[in-house]
Order: sequence, then structure tokens, then C-alpha cells
Amino acid sequence: MTKVEIVLTVNGEQYPIKVEPRRTLADALRDDCGLTGTHLGCEHGVCGACTVLVDDQPLRACLGFAVQFEGAPIRTVEGLADGDRLHPLQQAFWDHHGLQCGYCTPGFLMLAVGALEHNPDIDDEALKRVLSSNLCRCTGYQNILKAVRAAATALKR
Amino acid sequence: MDAMQYEAPGSVDEAVALLAAADGAAWVLAGGTDLLVQLRADLIEPGLVVDIKGISELRAITPENGGFRIGAAVTGAELGEHEGVKAVWPGVVEAMELIGSVQIQGRATLGGNLCNASPAADSVPALIAAEALCSVVGPKGRREVAVAEVATGPGETSLGPGEIVVDILLPERPARAADAYLRFIPRTEMDIAVVGVAVSLVLDERGVCAQARVALGAVAPRALLVPEAAAALIGGTVDDDALERLAAAARAACRPIDDMRGTVAYRTKVAGVLARRAAGIALARARSE
Repeated sequence: MTKVEIVLTVNGEQYPIKVEPRRTLADALRDDCGLTGTHLGCEHGVCGACTVLVDDQPLRACLGFAVQFEGAPIRTVEGLADGDRLHPLQQAFWDHHGLQCGYCTPGFLMLAVGALEHNPDIDDEALKRVLSSNLCRCTGYQNILKAVRAAATALKR
Repeated sequence: MDAMQYEAPGSVDEAVALLAAADGAAWVLAGGTDLLVQLRADLIEPGLVVDIKGISELRAITPENGGFRIGAAVTGAELGEHEGVKAVWPGVVEAMELIGSVQIQGRATLGGNLCNASPAADSVPALIAAEALCSVVGPKGRREVAVAEVATGPGETSLGPGEIVVDILLPERPARAADAYLRFIPRTEMDIAVVGVAVSLVLDERGVCAQARVALGAVAPRALLVPEAAAALIGGTVDDDALERLAAAARAACRPIDDMRGTVAYRTKVAGVLARRAAGIALARARSE
């Protein structure tokens, strides 16, 4: 297999990696950059567990080739906290029991961060529509919704 | 398996040259939301993937003679935030915005939805009802083709070797014109249409329907234009009787399959219901202009 050399910019850091062109962004983040916070669920664009932000837009990392994203700013769950200080959304997930098994959590966090940055005043209906992009097999949707609402308020303060 | 090669050309000519030289083993990558799924399911095995997202002219929405030329690689999210297109062709925009989730909307494109040639593609009935044209560029030059002529069957298109759809032209609208798209899925998000119906109509000063186009999705091997359904609307004020004739014509045009999403009988019945509702929405929009 012919590998190509690319540099991914993840959470502001440069990751020079060598990948096959058909390697997905999700696999490259996990296996080549060692950033295993991004989870893989269905691997065909349905569950949203692998959601990351590219150019500040939520994207399913299983539905893109790593080679497509050279030069684009990529943000993953590893970039949310400031050292030991959780991001307000992470804190809200903690406070409102927004996770059970936690598998879907990185995807929901990145989805919601993207949505709140895009529209800090997002209303409940729009927020539900956004959150229905991802699946939680523990079905903890109500608490996820509560957590994101609380974070929206906290972020505006 | 041979290694897949990836190219991201900066111009349409380069893209066409790459595709033409690849001898059929190449696939165009726009949003990738269908291509990567098919690739990973081993349904396709491309020797070459040509990423067209880096071609700036394919990313633009340009007003043209009262209508809009929309680059094939414009995403659903970009289209949904374009106030101009939303005001003139709300049905096309709502159809595109129904595709997938937030993450999919940020990637998926109008051109990709068209060329993937799914019978259940949401944007295609709306584009057909809008009488949209698309520009196709290939080794032999540029040609214009009606959107309705692109898909020929599930996953099959009329595009020749090396040809790509570069943009889609939504025509100008007169006053008192509007369109609407409705689809039925078992949940509210993230599913594939059981039935989709697009209605586009134009009213005259007296509120009489002067022109109409009705297109159905997911009830045949490709999206269908149904002139009989449009005929039920034209010449009257779109009253209850006309809506019932519209529904009957929509049902009569259905040639669906039974699958996990719905039976033939169910799809046929739903097509009639959605046609009525979509016509009602288009009518209300046209009246409020």
C-alpha cells in the first residue's frame, strides 16, 4: 500500500503522519495521532460517536479520508478541557448525569460545542434537532439535553 | 486490493482529465457521505477518488437571471443559510436540509445527492419539480441536462465516462410562485425517505393555479415527474376536489417496492397524503408572496 505523508492540525498541535489515502480521519486520529478520545461506533455515518469539529463545524470523522483534512483546524474532545479544568459543557455533563457508559459522550460533546458556538441562543426545538444527530445506546437523551441547556446558560455568563 | 489513490484537483478541467484517464475505476468525492459508506461496505472499490471540494467554482452560489446557479459541491448547511435561495425556492432548500444530521449537512452536497442516484434522494424530487437544469462537464465539453435525466435507476446515472455535474441551475420565479417538499420517515431525523413529494406551483392574480409540477421520490427506481398530478392543480383554485384528484394521480403513478421501510400499499397511500399536504404548503407560500 502506498502511504502519503500529511500533517494534521489537531487542537492546535501538528501531527505529521503517514497514512494510506483510504484511511478515515477517525482511524488516523485514533491510531496515527494517538488521540483515542474520539470514539468509533457504527463506522458508517449513523451514530455520531466519532464527531469532531473541522473548521469549527461538526463532522463525522468516519465519513472523511484523513488526507482531505490536511491544513484544516481539527478539534477533538482532548482539546476541550483546560488542564484539569473541565470545559463548561463537560462540567454540565458531569453535573446533570449526561453520561452513563460514556461511549457516545465525546461525540455528543463535540456536536454540542459546535452547535453552541454557532448559535449561543439556540432554542429548545433547534437543540433537540441538533442532538438527534447522535445516538446514545443508554438512551440518556433527557440528561444530555439538560446538560447542554445548562452549558448554554453557563457559556453566556 | 489495489491501493486507492486520492487526488484533489483545483479546477474542473483537471478533475475531468483525471477521471477520463482512470478508465472507469474513478469516483468523484464531494461530501463523501455516501461514497465512504459504500467504500467501507465494499460496494465500490475505487482505484482513484477525485475530491472536487477544493474547486472554488463548485462551492459557489451565484444569482443568475433571477434564479440561482448552485455549485455541485455546495453543502446542505451552506444552502440552508442562503437567504436568497430560501426565499425563492424554499422547497428545494427544505428537501436538502432533510438529508442526514448536522454533521452530514456540513458535508453532503446537492451534486452528490443527485449523482448518488438513490431513488429516495430527498433533494431530487424538489429539483425536478423546480425544473432545475444541471451543467455536466466531460472530455467532450459542457452540456446542460434536466435534473430529471441524470439518474436512470438505483445507483445508475446517464453521465458518460469522465463526466461530472458541476452546477445546478434553479430558474427564475414569477410572483405568486412557491414550492414545498415533504417526506415521510418513521422517526424525525436521520432516516431515508419512505416516500417524498415535491410540489411547485404558480398562481395568477386571481389565485388560479397557472403552472404546476409534482415529483415523487422513493416510489419508483428513480424520482418521477407526474404530469397527471400537476394537471389536477392547473386551472383551478386548488380546492379540496383538486387536492383529491392530485392525491389520486400521485397514487396512480407509484411503482414502489416492498422493503423494511414500507410496503407497496403503504407507500402508495402515503404518496397521496403527502402530495395533498405538500400542495397545501406550496399554495400557502404562494399566496403569502
